[in-house]
Amino acid sequence: MTKLAMFYLYIKPAVFLILLFSSLSCLADKGKVLYTEKCAICHGHEGSGGVGIPLGLEAFLEQTPDEYLRRTIRVGRPGRIMPPFYRLSDHDIDAIIGYIRSWKKTTVPQWDATPVKADARIGKQLFDKHCITCHGESGYGGKGTGKTFSRPRDLPITPPSLNNQGFLNSASDQMLKNIIIQGRKETPMPAASQFNLTDDDVDNLVSYIRSFQQTMVTGEQILSESSVLVYKSPYTFNETIENIKRAVIAKDYILIRDQALDHGFVPVKDESKTHTMVYFCNYDIIYNALAIDPRVGMFLPCRITVVEQNGEVQAMSINPKRLSQLFNNDELDVACDRMHDTYSSILKEATR
Amino acid sequence: MKRILTRLLAPLLLLGWLPAQAMITGELIMVRSDRAFPDAMRILQGAIKKQGYTLSNIQPVDEALAKSGYTTDNYRIVFFGKTEQMKLLTRTHPELIPYLPLKIAIYAEAGETLLVTSDPAVFMDLYPDRQLHKVFMQWHEDLISIMKNLQNPD
Ligand code: HEC
Ligand code: HEC
Repeated sequence: MTKLAMFYLYIKPAVFLILLFSSLSCLADKGKVLYTEKCAICHGHEGSGGVGIPLGLEAFLEQTPDEYLRRTIRVGRPGRIMPPFYRLSDHDIDAIIGYIRSWKKTTVPQWDATPVKADARIGKQLFDKHCITCHGESGYGGKGTGKTFSRPRDLPITPPSLNNQGFLNSASDQMLKNIIIQGRKETPMPAASQFNLTDDDVDNLVSYIRSFQQTMVTGEQILSESSVLVYKSPYTFNETIENIKRAVIAKDYILIRDQALDHGFVPVKDESKTHTMVYFCNYDIIYNALAIDPRVGMFLPCRITVVEQNGEVQAMSINPKRLSQLFNNDELDVACDRMHDTYSSILKEATR
Repeated sequence: MKRILTRLLAPLLLLGWLPAQAMITGELIMVRSDRAFPDAMRILQGAIKKQGYTLSNIQPVDEALAKSGYTTDNYRIVFFGKTEQMKLLTRTHPELIPYLPLKIAIYAEAGETLLVTSDPAVFMDLYPDRQLHKVFMQWHEDLISIMKNLQNPD
């Protein structure tokens, strides 16, 4: 054999294979790194679940085609915590999907694109009878978050939203049909047989769920609220602090303590006499907020800071409305709006 | 591994900082650590100090809730900052005060621990001041380094 023939017969394919494998394993590595960085916080290592629902279950992987995962990652679930990942490249998304697929040996489903044409009105009746207890009015979804272990709860996994535009724009009719027929093993999602649903019933349910779909507006959302609430006070520094405390108690909150802004940074005798934080809370509200989304704790407990500078006294706080925009969670938005009103009225009351 | 991370992270960081006026939802820095809570807490405190910050307070949210009859897993908020920088910023930019000191929420989920903080990049659109952008950028990088300690504690 000539050297050239040997090169073509053995060496070149070998080099090619080595390159192929190293680039494949590099892709898997990249998928793992990206998943760990962007998804594991909510979906758990290897998809065990958390604030997000579990992705590592065989039943889940066997029902969801790559296209569903791809679109879901791109558009997220507006208002249901799951963020859109606009900035990942197609390549990155494929790497993440490759990593997710590597957890279990399952076949990737290929649902055909045939739309289901059935009666959404009958579907609604069936939905209200069998599904509404878990998936909520009009398929809005269960309250709370995915699968968390930190607090007692009714269902181990929060039923996802079925009327969410991110979901509807990712799921095909045939995929929906399959999920309803099979249910999802190892989760609370029951199979159609448990409700004695016929094939027609399932089609009607699919039509009903599909009827929620609208054209989806995508694009980056611009945060509009200001980051802080600031009120000028006509009172002295100490009077303003006392006013805040009175207003806090009148609102049924518990005063925790007040301390200098630089408490813990300088010796007590050197602490600032012109920057004081008043901490307060209401455990009912905190507990409910943590149940909606455990991440909000970082803005707790409530705090108003009183500042005296150049002879002027100001009382200020974070703006909960602005912060709620960080969480992509409609349920939390409602709680934050309430919190915004509480902060504003305490600040107003104390500086009036 | 570390090299891959920094290589991946560098473009992400750049991307994160380009659109200064259009901040995007989801600007949170979050990490899941497979360490149990006490271990993660210890690593976090070490990482904060190693990054040159002073720990000023730890708020035991879980204990406060338990006292009021609510059961919840470990949940703490860790406050930290740089003394001189805080002093300067509160004087020059009092609007930042409600967000000072910096903080990280750390809480248990079964045998693992989650950490969350808001990305200081969210302040960028509020303050045109370039000097301040440098401070936010520094915080952003420091917070990511601190959090990375919990993802790869070795
Ligand atoms: C006992 C509560 C329960 C009932 C009743 C229930 N579901 Fe579910 N459903 C769930 C949960 C929990 C999940 C998420 C499972 C998981 O973790 O993957 C789910 C998932 C789904 C999904 C997939 C959504 C997604 O984002 O992956 C569809 C579609 C669905 N359910 C439709 C229905 C329909 C239609 C009915 C009524 C026939 C129904 N469900 C009844 C709890 C329920
Ligand atoms: C901040 C938390 C969070 C992050 C980060 C997150 N998710 Fe999610 N994800 C969720 C939640 C919550 C849901 C369920 C939405 C609902 O209840 O309707 C979800 C749903 C999903 C679904 C649909 C599951 C189903 O049953 O059909 C997929 C797929 C998914 N996420 C993939 C990912 C991937 C991949 C990443 C990382 C690139 C990611 N998510 C990052 C919280 C998150």
